[in-house]
Amino acid sequence: MPKRVLLGVLLACGLTASALAQEPKTGGAINAVIQPEPPGLMLAMLQNGPVQMVSGNIFEGLLRYSPKLEPQPELAESWSVSEDAKTYTFKLRKGVTWHDGKPFTAADVLFSIEMLKQTHARARNNLAQVDKVEAPDDYTVVFTLKQPFGPFLGIFEVGSMPMVPKHLYEGTDWKTNPYNNAPVGTGPFMFKEWQKGSFIRLVKNPNYHEKGKPYLDEIYWQIIPDAAARSVAFETGKIDVLPGGSVENFDVPRLSKLKDACVTGAGWEFFSPLAWLWLNNRQGPLADKRVRQAVMYAIDRDFAKDVIWNGLGKVATGPSASTIKYYTDDVPKYPYDPAKAKALLKEAGYKGEKIRLLPLAYGETWQRWGEAVKQNLQDVGMNIETIATDVAGGNQKIGDWDYDIAFTYLYQYGDPALGVGRNYVSSAIAKGQVFNNVEGYSNPEIDKLFADGALATPDSKRKELYEKAQKILVEDVPVAWMLELQFPTITRCKVKNLITTGIGVNDGFKDAWLDK
Amino acid sequence: MLSFVAQRVVKGVIVLLAIVVLNFFLIRLAPGDPAVVMAGEAGASDQIFVQQLREKFGLDKPLPEQLFIYVKGVVTLDLGFSFRQQAPVSKLILERLPATLLLTLTAFAISLMLGVLFGTFAARFAGTFLDTAITVFALIFYAMPIFWVALMGILLFSVTMDWLPSFGYETVGGNFTGLDHVIDVAKHLIMPAMTLGLFFMATYTRMTRASMLEVKRLDFVKTARAKGLSDAVIQRRHVLRNALLPVVTLAGVHSGTLIGGAVITETVFAWPGIGRLMYDALLQRDYNLLLGVFVICSAMVLIFNLITDLVYRLVDPRIEFAS
Repeated sequence: MPKRVLLGVLLACGLTASALAQEPKTGGAINAVIQPEPPGLMLAMLQNGPVQMVSGNIFEGLLRYSPKLEPQPELAESWSVSEDAKTYTFKLRKGVTWHDGKPFTAADVLFSIEMLKQTHARARNNLAQVDKVEAPDDYTVVFTLKQPFGPFLGIFEVGSMPMVPKHLYEGTDWKTNPYNNAPVGTGPFMFKEWQKGSFIRLVKNPNYHEKGKPYLDEIYWQIIPDAAARSVAFETGKIDVLPGGSVENFDVPRLSKLKDACVTGAGWEFFSPLAWLWLNNRQGPLADKRVRQAVMYAIDRDFAKDVIWNGLGKVATGPSASTIKYYTDDVPKYPYDPAKAKALLKEAGYKGEKIRLLPLAYGETWQRWGEAVKQNLQDVGMNIETIATDVAGGNQKIGDWDYDIAFTYLYQYGDPALGVGRNYVSSAIAKGQVFNNVEGYSNPEIDKLFADGALATPDSKRKELYEKAQKILVEDVPVAWMLELQFPTITRCKVKNLITTGIGVNDGFKDAWLDK
Repeated sequence: MLSFVAQRVVKGVIVLLAIVVLNFFLIRLAPGDPAVVMAGEAGASDQIFVQQLREKFGLDKPLPEQLFIYVKGVVTLDLGFSFRQQAPVSKLILERLPATLLLTLTAFAISLMLGVLFGTFAARFAGTFLDTAITVFALIFYAMPIFWVALMGILLFSVTMDWLPSFGYETVGGNFTGLDHVIDVAKHLIMPAMTLGLFFMATYTRMTRASMLEVKRLDFVKTARAKGLSDAVIQRRHVLRNALLPVVTLAGVHSGTLIGGAVITETVFAWPGIGRLMYDALLQRDYNLLLGVFVICSAMVLIFNLITDLVYRLVDPRIEFAS
């Protein structure tokens, strides 16, 4: 046999073998960590991270999003937008059933939207531009908007708009509905068992609408409250999946080096968690823009990334994470420059007034970051006093504007209209709330740019408006942007295809399989 | 004796109610609003949402009214509803009670038995190498923080030797039944029970030793010796029985706190007990749940104090019930 032919045969065999190796295998159970224990699993009424992580397997939205945040079909198989960008028509998948066997139809979509407007703060805000929702037939849903709303196709993932079974919730007291604790969805996995304090067990939905999926038989979400114990559980082989943020960052390099461990930072593109320091713009030295700029120059953010976050993440350039739409890095830059910080403080007439720093009580990594920032700021002559609280106490202080500098990190939900504007527009200044414009920044130009940006068409116009907003904000420094966070997901390498969308582990394990 | 018990029960109920009222206000003194915590976790905290949650929790009502509603509930044995966990408080507590009792009673039994045993040996052989060894070990276990002992235990017995599971109450997905299930739970129990037990054991060891050495010097022991009783009989029937009184007092105090006292152990070993429930409720400002756990813990302390008083009578017949 000529060499070239032999090579061809060998290559073909190799390719076939590798293709075979990638063929998903069915069966098996995955043990994943969930932390903290979710308070319930009814995603339409509880939206904290752990609830979505588990319930994202049980419930579904109309769409999901690729890592590039392009919409993909889920319960809607197709969608179209009218020329005036005010009418969105969704065609639903046929043959979808709830876990109790009842069919999923457009009536469920209409009911879900009405329910979410009352129970889901984010959905309510996202739907504010919707004038009416209609169902011309069982498998078509038409949204008519009051005016064009650029990010509209970005509000349909499972956590933002989960579909709820109308036949089980209509006419009941939603708060005490028994299905809240034994949820019924359309998703690839069905709720089976919850031993409080121990584990939640989901089993394969045999009638799932995507033929052949899911590949796994079961998922056990194990509840292990101590971070060190979670690391050990992975190390000793009792856990297959540590979703991002499950273990302290300083444990990540050690666990990554285990021989059968695989690590990925993917799956956070939709949320794009961005960490920053709230700076209280209302009072004290931080009311002066030059002092706020000094804070940006004084903090060594590369150190925080490399040492405290073990090299994970990216130094933030401004209010938008680089993974979301209309991001630009063409903004003023704030490299680590203590001398410049000192000069700015001097120019602003800072006389060593006390500044209270509120770290985030989310564990050791955040504690250490608080200490590092304190040291950076003290190095340039700022008089910093750290205030120790737990999460609830910290939220109260931030909500009451009773702080000078406070750590936080927030999700961006893929679009500046959904997850960025809320922190800078003056209409979002309201006491008692922790995730809006807490810093008290008020700039009519920014208000207008975000208002116009949300409603402008086409996309190029939105881009122009948001880029301008980013430049102004970075110049004004209403808050001090720190890092685009990366929460690595650590798995056993036998777990394949776990993360296939920009929503990651929060989007369910329907594509995942075990290479046994 | 009956009138003594009745009197103590009445007093206990009054104390319990006072504790309920005090706790009700103490919890609310801590900064942090449950509605804001929940809104925060939901990643959205607009005014309507926070207000909705306040109404749901009943936090929009005036404080005296909230107190009245709560106390009325407690009197009718209704501990309220945990809105965060979306379940009645009593159900949540009862779900966790078996695991906590299993852990704490095992730890308590181990610590009391071994503590008294080692303390007796140490006193019997006071000044010898055995005494020194026991005292040193007791001091080490007494001084080491529980979380440290727990983590070292996990490192040695789970990670290095792979003998014992590092977390949980049973093997999840193991589906064991009968004896296999008992063995499985026992394997999971060993480390947390020993971790918790070692601390108390050290306390009882030192207490028993000190108390026995003190009693040994008393005249009635000399009399017993003069009567020609054997050393074993003197130690067991005269010295130990008298020396146990302070140990019983201490054990009484400890046993009352068994329900909520294992927070750290339960957290490190992911043991699904009440200590963890309480800790989570505290962080989340889940008022009803936290108050419910406090009520149960306080009731346990009162009940065990009563039992301790009764046991006193058995250990020392000189003590009489004053009515």
